[in-house]
Parts: sequence; C-alpha cells; structure tokens
Amino acid sequence: MSYYPYLVAGWLLLIGVFGVVRSRNLVQAVVSVSISQSGTYVLLLSVGYQRHATAPVFGSTEKPNLQVVDPVVQALTLTDIVVSATVTALLLALAIQVAKRHGTVDPDQLSALEG
Amino acid sequence: MSRSVRYTLFFAGGALVAVLFVWAVVGMPSFGSNFHPYRDLAIGATIAHGTANAVSSVNFDQRAIDTLGEETIFFASVLGAAELLRPSKEEREAKREHGGMFRVMASTRFAGYVLLPLTLLIGLDVVAHGHITPGGGFQGGVVLATGVHLLYVAGSYDALERVRPVHLYEYGEVAGALAFVGLGFAGIVIAGSYLSNIIPYKGFGHLISAGNVEVLNFAVGIEVASGVIVMLAHFLEQAIALQGGPHE
Amino acid sequence: MNDVVLVIALTLVAIGGTAVVMTNAPERQAVTLGVYGVLLTTLFFALQAPDVALSQLAVGTAFVPLMVMLAIRKIRGGRQ
Repeated sequence: MSYYPYLVAGWLLLIGVFGVVRSRNLVQAVVSVSISQSGTYVLLLSVGYQRHATAPVFGSTEKPNLQVVDPVVQALTLTDIVVSATVTALLLALAIQVAKRHGTVDPDQLSALEG
Repeated sequence: MSRSVRYTLFFAGGALVAVLFVWAVVGMPSFGSNFHPYRDLAIGATIAHGTANAVSSVNFDQRAIDTLGEETIFFASVLGAAELLRPSKEEREAKREHGGMFRVMASTRFAGYVLLPLTLLIGLDVVAHGHITPGGGFQGGVVLATGVHLLYVAGSYDALERVRPVHLYEYGEVAGALAFVGLGFAGIVIAGSYLSNIIPYKGFGHLISAGNVEVLNFAVGIEVASGVIVMLAHFLEQAIALQGGPHE
Repeated sequence: MNDVVLVIALTLVAIGGTAVVMTNAPERQAVTLGVYGVLLTTLFFALQAPDVALSQLAVGTAFVPLMVMLAIRKIRGGRQ
C-alpha cells in the first residue's frame, strides 16, 4: 500500500502509450493520450496525500483545522484537467482536418508527409 | 514502420521506462506520510491572506502567474481549433437547412427546460464561491458552458443557434483574458509586483474576502465558459450543419 | 477504512483505463471514457481533493465524450 498509487499512475501512463501504438484510428490515439494524462493526475494527488487529513478547504469556520492534504499539487492538477481537455479538442480538430485532406484516419495509411 | 516493429519498440522502451519508474518510486516517501513542506508554507500564506479555499488561494493568489500561463494555453487551443475547423468553400456552399430533423421526446424536453436554469445558476454559484467552497473559475466555467448546450439536447440545433451568437462569446473570451492581465498590471501600479493581492482581504469565509481571488475567479469563469462555448460551436457546426464528409 | 476505499478506487481506475484503451470501436470509446471519468472522480474524492473531483466531473463526463462523438460523426460523414 505504500507504493500502490504510484504504480497505478505508472500503469496508466504506459497503457496510454500502448493505446497509441495499437490504435487503428486517430481518434483512438487521441483518447489514449488523455488516459496517459490522467496517470499524471493520479501521481500528483497521491504525492500530496496524508493519512487522516482532510480536504484543504476551510469553509466558514473561524478556527481552521490545519491537518489537511497538500493544496499545491491539487492546484496544479485542477487547471491541468480543464486545459488538457481543450488540447484534446485541438487534437480532434486536427484529426478532422486530416480526414478531410486524405480521406482516411488510419495511421498505417497516413505514412507520407505530403505538402 | 510496420506494426510488428512498432510493437517491439514499444515493449523494449516500455520495459525500460517501467524499471526506471519502479526504481524511482521505491525511493520516494511512502504514500500518506506526514512530510509535506509545501503544504505547511501554502496553508500559512492562505490563512494570512484571508482565503478559505487553499487551492483557490494557491491558484489565483500565490501562483497566479502559472494560472495566467494555463489560461493562455486554453486561449491558444480554442483559437487553433477554431482556425482548423473553418468551413471550406465547398462546405459553405453545401450548407443545408436542418430545422426539426429529429423528434425529441416530451420527457427529455421537460427535463431540459427544468435543468437549464438550474444548471446556469449552479455554474454561477460555483464561480462566485470559489474562494470559500470547492469550485472556482475553471470548474464553474465548464458547468456554465455545458449548461447552455442543454438547449441543444432538449430542443433543436436551431434553438441553440438563436441563443448563442458566436461572435459575442468570442468577445467574452477576450474580455476575460484581458481582465486577468489588466488586474496584474494594476498590481504593479499599486503594490509594485505583477498580480499581487491588491484588493483588501479582511474577513475569513465571508463572500467578500480573499481580495484578488474573487475577481480573478470571475475573469477566468467568463473566459473558460466563452471558450468552451466557442469550441463546441465549431465542432457542432462541422458535425451537424455542414454534413459534407471527406469525399464530398 | 479509508485505505480499503483507496485500494478499491485505484484498482477500478486501473481496470477502467485498460478498458478504455482496449475498446476497438471509437464510438464505444466515448462511452467508456465517460465511465472512466466518473471512476476518476470517485478516486479524487477518496484522495481528499474536492476541487479536482469537481473539475474532472464537469470536463470528463460532458465535454470530452461529446467532442469525441462529434469528431467521429464528422469523420464518418459522407461514408455511411
């Protein structure tokens, strides 16, 4: 249990790359990249976790409880999730454009770099 | 590169990465330990600046410059996708009328009408209370943008187009980004450093507290909501309105 | 007790990620991606991160699967 979350994060990273290698469709490759990204979120949040600590939100109490998990890694992850979704959208727009140009989205058939 | 070569390369490289990763992981402090020096510093600064949500404080007060960078990435992606999804000349000429293409069930329409104002209100609440409860500009912006598209789910694409003039939301996105940058420059004028917390932050846990965090939350909320609406507008236009595929 | 919840959530996330990658049809991947987003949300809650869970829920269940479906529909456009 001491290292299990980190290993799950590493597994998600590698399985995402495997998805890109295995894909037969550019949209599948883009979805696999987003699985890899979620591996980094799991890693960041696991680094900041502390047993028997609560969330770093204090609400309206006057005397806040200071045994909280790390807010810095949560701040990193939270903006990253929204921005990565937008970059995924950009990649999907690229896939649509490739389909319009070449008529196919199979990576095995899109081998030549044409002008 | 054929598939079998690709697979071999992946397994070789992946095995190496896995070995290095496991070696790095067993050298880390174990999961759930008590050693978090950044946490102690960040929580101290959060309480000193009167913010009740430590994550929002780190995002918009202590490390606001990083959020500005993320916001710029967001802006650039929306711009890039809008540029890539511009309709070509053949598509513009082939644009069809598509009113009332499919029937929506009465229960779906009712659920949409009930949930649309509710979702917009919840989105505004998440943006406005970002410095007290979990939430903030990024989450609330996405909730607002997807709430507007309930009109498409429960109604028709024409109804959505009437309510959503895209150029208005493009201006909204720019306004949000400029507000963020402008408040930073105001920080230079008043306090001497970019994006320092200049609005007074007395009170802890009240609606008016935490200074800059509130205003920046609204700026980011406007920008993210407008950006997501613009992005979805281009995708919907390509997939629904312009039904020319790759061979037409 | 929270340890048991964490182990279950982490295992479900690992299985969910593998399921998304191993799905062959792209339109089914959009659905699996939505389910994976909900599994990630529960994991983030168990790790005491409500802000991050809210962000993942808003983005991963409504925004990304919708765009994947729209992209697939556009790419398949004239060929059906």
